[in-house]
Amino acid sequence: MARGLVLGVVLGAIWGFVTAVVIGVSVTLVFGVDASMTALSALIAGIPGAVALLFARDITPNAWMQFLIGMAVYAVVLVALTGLAPLGLPLGTVPVTSVLVLATLAATTIGAVALAFHKMDWKALNRYRMEEVLIHALKGLGFVFFTAIILLPFYAMLMTSFKKQAELLQNPLDYSINLSQGLMSLFSSYIELFVTFDFGRFILISTIVSVTTVILTLAASIPGAYAISRLRFPGRVTFSRSILLIYMVPAIVLVIPLYAVFSQLGLRDSLLGLLIVYPATTIPVSLYMLQGYFRGLPSELEEAGMMDGCTRLGVIRRITLPLSLPAIASVALYVFMIAWNEFLFAFMFLDSPEIFTLSRGVVSLNSSEVPRQHLMAGAVIVTIPVLVIFLWFERFLVTGLTAGSVKG
Amino acid sequence: MAKTAAKATEADLARARRRIGPIERREMRLAFGMLSPTVAAVLLVVLIPVLANFWISVKPIELADLRAAKPLVRERVQGDVLQPGDAFAVRYRVRSSSPAAEVRDVEFTHSLPPGLTLTDDAGTCTLSGPDLRCNVGTLEPRARVDVNVTLTAGQAYFDAGSPDLRAADPLATGRSTNKLTSFEFTFDNFRKVFDAAEFWNVLWVSIVYTIGGTGGALLLGLFAAQLMMVAFPGRGIMRGLFLFPYVSPVIAVAFTWIFLLDPFSGTMNAILTKTGVTDANINFLGQRGIALWTVIAFEAWRYFPLAFLFILARMQSLSSDLNEAAEMDGATPFQKFWYISLPQLVGIISTLFLLRFIWTFNKFDDIFLLTGGASGTRTLTVNVYEQAFALSNLGAGAAVAVVIFFMLAVFLAFYFKFVPKEEGM
Repeated sequence: MARGLVLGVVLGAIWGFVTAVVIGVSVTLVFGVDASMTALSALIAGIPGAVALLFARDITPNAWMQFLIGMAVYAVVLVALTGLAPLGLPLGTVPVTSVLVLATLAATTIGAVALAFHKMDWKALNRYRMEEVLIHALKGLGFVFFTAIILLPFYAMLMTSFKKQAELLQNPLDYSINLSQGLMSLFSSYIELFVTFDFGRFILISTIVSVTTVILTLAASIPGAYAISRLRFPGRVTFSRSILLIYMVPAIVLVIPLYAVFSQLGLRDSLLGLLIVYPATTIPVSLYMLQGYFRGLPSELEEAGMMDGCTRLGVIRRITLPLSLPAIASVALYVFMIAWNEFLFAFMFLDSPEIFTLSRGVVSLNSSEVPRQHLMAGAVIVTIPVLVIFLWFERFLVTGLTAGSVKG
Repeated sequence: MAKTAAKATEADLARARRRIGPIERREMRLAFGMLSPTVAAVLLVVLIPVLANFWISVKPIELADLRAAKPLVRERVQGDVLQPGDAFAVRYRVRSSSPAAEVRDVEFTHSLPPGLTLTDDAGTCTLSGPDLRCNVGTLEPRARVDVNVTLTAGQAYFDAGSPDLRAADPLATGRSTNKLTSFEFTFDNFRKVFDAAEFWNVLWVSIVYTIGGTGGALLLGLFAAQLMMVAFPGRGIMRGLFLFPYVSPVIAVAFTWIFLLDPFSGTMNAILTKTGVTDANINFLGQRGIALWTVIAFEAWRYFPLAFLFILARMQSLSSDLNEAAEMDGATPFQKFWYISLPQLVGIISTLFLLRFIWTFNKFDDIFLLTGGASGTRTLTVNVYEQAFALSNLGAGAAVAVVIFFMLAVFLAFYFKFVPKEEGM
């Protein structure tokens, strides 16, 4: 019984603190209300809340009743500790919000503790059950942690692009946007980017460059991958090994010589230069991913095709390619994302704003004269296509990522 | 006896090798044909540049040397020419376009109107037909050479309607050594790189960053994979969300984090001071000692999804027999994780570690965007940029790149030696 009680107290304290911080910060970030954080009080209130939840099992067998009892104790203690002002404001000023936030705090804190002790006799905890409780708690904390570290930056990126520099400097926690200001004003950063900074052209150029890269990469790597996986020729094993090595060569080692040579040839500040470099850096990855897939296709199909009088190229066109369309699609998307996200070569090679790719264009916004929200709007513009493609084809891409993500 | 046997087999082998039938030969030719675009691209953009990087690293070459030195010439015409016998005093000023390289065999020509006779005391110029040709010789870097000639107008000049001498521009030609292809070598680049006190610091930062970033990403990935093992509603969405940091463009997420971590108006500092974790604002990316850990955390944040995907895939492919047997024997959850799951994941984790180690070591964009290599975060890769483009010394940058290349070769040797074949990716 002592063990269970200690565990309950610890979990109550941890969850009291975590929920208060997370919910407090979220409320501030979303609504712009300056909810002063009562994290320490919440930590203390979590303890009697959790204890009450556990002892409520002696009073009632109904799980919901136990839950409500725990919540009530938590809420009462929290209100008492904060001097009747759980959000830093007296209960009377914003009663509805206060009560809602208080209820959410109580529900999440006590709920998390209840989940950890779910269907477990806390008075007779052995090591096994204790670890199970701990694991439940750790998993809950893990979800909160990962969701927070991922959502926070993306939320901040999106919301900043709708705000004004002055507002951001005044209260960096307030990400609420004023919807009454009208669409033109809300999207003013985006309008500015498209009108003054020519982002429409950057998007077009990035699209052209990425699509051309995909086409060139596939044109070279599909036959190459086929040759490595199906044809016999001297040096085949060496070749397939060295492909791996080649995509371990860091771009920074290539930058100086390519910069020097392209400068002399007049290719440096040109899209042609990028279109020479991008496919060459993606071909090895693509070839590696595709040859793995081709190997997995049954060669009997191709042999049957040859028996029926197809030439080798006919077999590739009629049998192998149609069968490997999913793999080719996932490679294509993967290469597209690499080219779209590419920063180093675009940054080093391109000087003229007329031929900036989107990444290069966003980097050019990083100056003290350009307000922060413009840069964030640029970041949103460059991110959205990638995330849309990713979410749309997730199943596809996850396979591709795991096969080729040595690149990176 | 054994010797002759060995010889016989060798001879057999050689014969067998020569006995490639027409079908095999055709197949071989087809294979080479199909591989040729790949080989060409890789050769041109990867292998030759790597070699060129070695070449540049032993050459005294600066960023400015990339523009070939050219002679430039401008003329100035003086004198009132009103009747035959009057003369123009023309000054040609020749200078080099390059502050660093000399130009040899500099000559310029100027197409003049008819009816002029040349008086040139220095003897550098000749006038043949309408063309004035002057030989300047060698032009030192930054040097200016003036060529003064007198052109006396004859009747023919006035008959032509006294045209302007400046109607045509003079054109200069000259030969300059392309520093890139010359045979001038030096070890100064390496000396400079290794002598600099900061080099060992840079190396140390690189190693700390690589180990920290890789380890952090793997730990987070392992943790995330544990969360996703058991099915729950919304798992698909969560998995997609977990991959966001990895698939988003680095420029977008780097700038977002820069703003979040801003020491004056950053959300992170506001949260920390509000919740009472810290009293004063922390300069996450600007303070020596803290900045390195911030970029390591960023690296872990950005790349944990990868480790997560691989580890999850491996965990899902493991059979649950062992776990069930251990459960029967009364193993607790942590024991099951420690003694059963983890040992089965050691293979994939060590492979991932080596791969991510190499890639983190190669990483440039992230640190460059976050701190630009300031406040004690300059890694070797950022140092390449710093030397070659910020300090304009291409040779020194290439020398750092050579160091990177050799360290990488060592890591790769490790990788191929220690990664078990079945885990090899």
